[in-house]
Amino acid sequence: MSPTVTGRTTDGDRTGVRPQDGGRATGRDRAGVRTEGGGRAGARAGRPSTAWALPAVLFFAFFAVAPMVLAFCLSFTEWNGLGDPRPAGLANWRKLLDDPRLTQSLTVTVLLTAVSWAFQSAVALLLGVWAAGRQRNRAILSAVFFVPFLLSSTAISLLFYALLDPNFGIVRGDTLGTTSGAFLAIVFVGGWQFIPFHTLIYQGGARQIPDVLYQAAAMDGAGRWRRFRSITLPQLRNTATTSSVLMIVGSLTYFETVLILTQGGPGTDTAILPYLMYEAGFKNYDFGYASAVASFLVVAATALSLLLVRLTGFGAMRSTREGM
Amino acid sequence: MESYSRRRFLGAGAALVSAAGLAACGSGSGSGGPGGGALTAMVYGDDAVKIQVTSVDRFNASAAAKKTGAEVRLQKIPGSEYPAKLRTAMGSPNAPDVFFNWGGGSIKAYRDAHQLVDLTDTIASDPVLKGGFLPSVLAAGALGGRNYGIPMRGMQPVVLFYNKTLFAEQGLRPPATWDQLLDNNARLKKAGITPFALGGSDIWPELMWLEYLVDRIGGPEVFDRIKNGDSAGWGDPAVLKAAETVRRLIDDGAFGKGYSSVAYTNGGAPALFAKGRAAMHLMGSWEYSTQLGKFPDFARKDLGWCAFPTYDGGAGDIRNVVGNPTNYWSVNARTSHKDAAVAFLRDCASPAYTKDLIANGDVPATAGAATLLDASPNPAFARFQYRMVQQAPAFTLSWDQAVDPSVQTPMLTEINKLFVGKSSPERFVSALKGLK
Repeated sequence: MSPTVTGRTTDGDRTGVRPQDGGRATGRDRAGVRTEGGGRAGARAGRPSTAWALPAVLFFAFFAVAPMVLAFCLSFTEWNGLGDPRPAGLANWRKLLDDPRLTQSLTVTVLLTAVSWAFQSAVALLLGVWAAGRQRNRAILSAVFFVPFLLSSTAISLLFYALLDPNFGIVRGDTLGTTSGAFLAIVFVGGWQFIPFHTLIYQGGARQIPDVLYQAAAMDGAGRWRRFRSITLPQLRNTATTSSVLMIVGSLTYFETVLILTQGGPGTDTAILPYLMYEAGFKNYDFGYASAVASFLVVAATALSLLLVRLTGFGAMRSTREGM
Repeated sequence: MESYSRRRFLGAGAALVSAAGLAACGSGSGSGGPGGGALTAMVYGDDAVKIQVTSVDRFNASAAAKKTGAEVRLQKIPGSEYPAKLRTAMGSPNAPDVFFNWGGGSIKAYRDAHQLVDLTDTIASDPVLKGGFLPSVLAAGALGGRNYGIPMRGMQPVVLFYNKTLFAEQGLRPPATWDQLLDNNARLKKAGITPFALGGSDIWPELMWLEYLVDRIGGPEVFDRIKNGDSAGWGDPAVLKAAETVRRLIDDGAFGKGYSSVAYTNGGAPALFAKGRAAMHLMGSWEYSTQLGKFPDFARKDLGWCAFPTYDGGAGDIRNVVGNPTNYWSVNARTSHKDAAVAFLRDCASPAYTKDLIANGDVPATAGAATLLDASPNPAFARFQYRMVQQAPAFTLSWDQAVDPSVQTPMLTEINKLFVGKSSPERFVSALKGLK
């Protein structure tokens, strides 16, 4: 298939009878035009050589892979931070699997991930689609909505901690002292911070949906809700996948909010896995056990993201607009 | 979000790498070569640190400093993460030569790793150090009868504070017995006032209740046994009875409703108390300076104080005290400036140091402080504290500082579960017995 042929096929598509595929056609068309203009130059530009990846690879190897390997090694030792680690065999791993708190934290982590995902996705989708409109008031409000994402998690958590004070806060009552209250507070504060980011993704996604689809639907008499359900939602499928993968993998490492708002409490009811790791390492100074929890977290998070990528077809996306 | 989480993980990983790497080559000394150079002193950087700043300046200008040829440099570590920062530093070649600590369990790991200078003989042979401090305070920070620390801050006994004005309005008197306390509670609740402010979300304010109740019910021996590593000691009937008493206070509304969302550290509990919404507050003696900073009128006019009441039929003396005897300076065994470090520590016994502490509202643990207390911003409270500690038959170190750090967090978690109703007194006791 020569570039010229591709170009022609695209043209055919464009004038053809598949308006539903309009988005993709436009993309291919663009590629076609470029290659037509100078086929050889395009081929030579191609992808940069592997040397370009070297800085990132080195950085990642030194700051991510090496610590992970070290943490994995530490998980087979006993070390309180002083002197040299002593080999401990599988003791930490046995302790981890026997620890009733692991089961509890896994449950809380999964629950937190699921509820955060549902909450953040729903709000971000609606806000993002709304913000995709070109009206000036929407542009201004979108900019305002984005502000929470720019603040540090610590500052946000401290702010909400003060707001939730049962005597002098805005939300009176024993919010953080009850299991459901503390849990929902974490979900809400996390959502407040990260919804703007996902709104931005959805906004970008929604803006890429060709207007012609809506115009055609309007001509066919589709109402606002029908257009949302039959055009916007299906067209945002890949956007939703991207956003969900980021949300789910991200909430596995959620930490500051829990540390500041609840310290894992009441009791241990909001002690998610990363908090368990922090507590073992920096409160109990049991770095061997903390490393075992950390290694477990790495394995679980990797497995989960692989699974998500497989299930959603994220890795096999053929769109020319990456991540959309 | 992904990039954020990864960055966070990278940070943690990098810390581990450096910690492990440093541990591998971690036999160097904290600083400079022998003779001359800097002597680092790591200290908890709160408001009271100004006294250490003055002390360092005084020492660096002194003849003793010139003789040893060292200059002390103060490293102020802000915030509550001090213990974790200290642990990381002590495992690295950048360990401080001298460091702030709480004595007891807080330095046990360093002692076990041979990182502490045993100061027992130094103190015994040095009249300034030997006669300089209250023996009970010196002993409270010791491990197995050996001294590893020199007292360097004010005494911090836990005191029952009450609102004098509110008590007068309600016709109440500070409770001396448990029955009086319960009687007061009933009358306060009828008037719509919460009897006690409690910063439950910090957990350690909850701990104070158990510390005093166990002492008053079973005497100081109960916790002594636990502190020395016998976790069966939690099975003492006094612990169960203390837990049941706490449960009854909670059910009775003694702490109000939202106490587990209230913190001490963010000013929530002190504000409840200062604004008259709660009538009493069981807290360390630093409550006075906290209130003086936040609600000066309340601190000067309304703040009253008394000892924790006796428990009917209990074995504990009303004069027994719980709390932090004080903070200590300990010396890193790897320092190349041991003589200079000891010379610097001697400044803590000096009249100038004592005067600085008193001017700051602290009550020093120095032997000669009694005569200087009139210079305190609140001489009555200072004398009350000094006498309380001086006359105490037993001074129980705060449990969270006394036990091994590996037990500390699980213990606090169990206490929190008891207070939020996630655990019954019986389950509380059996969970604590399981800690090792």
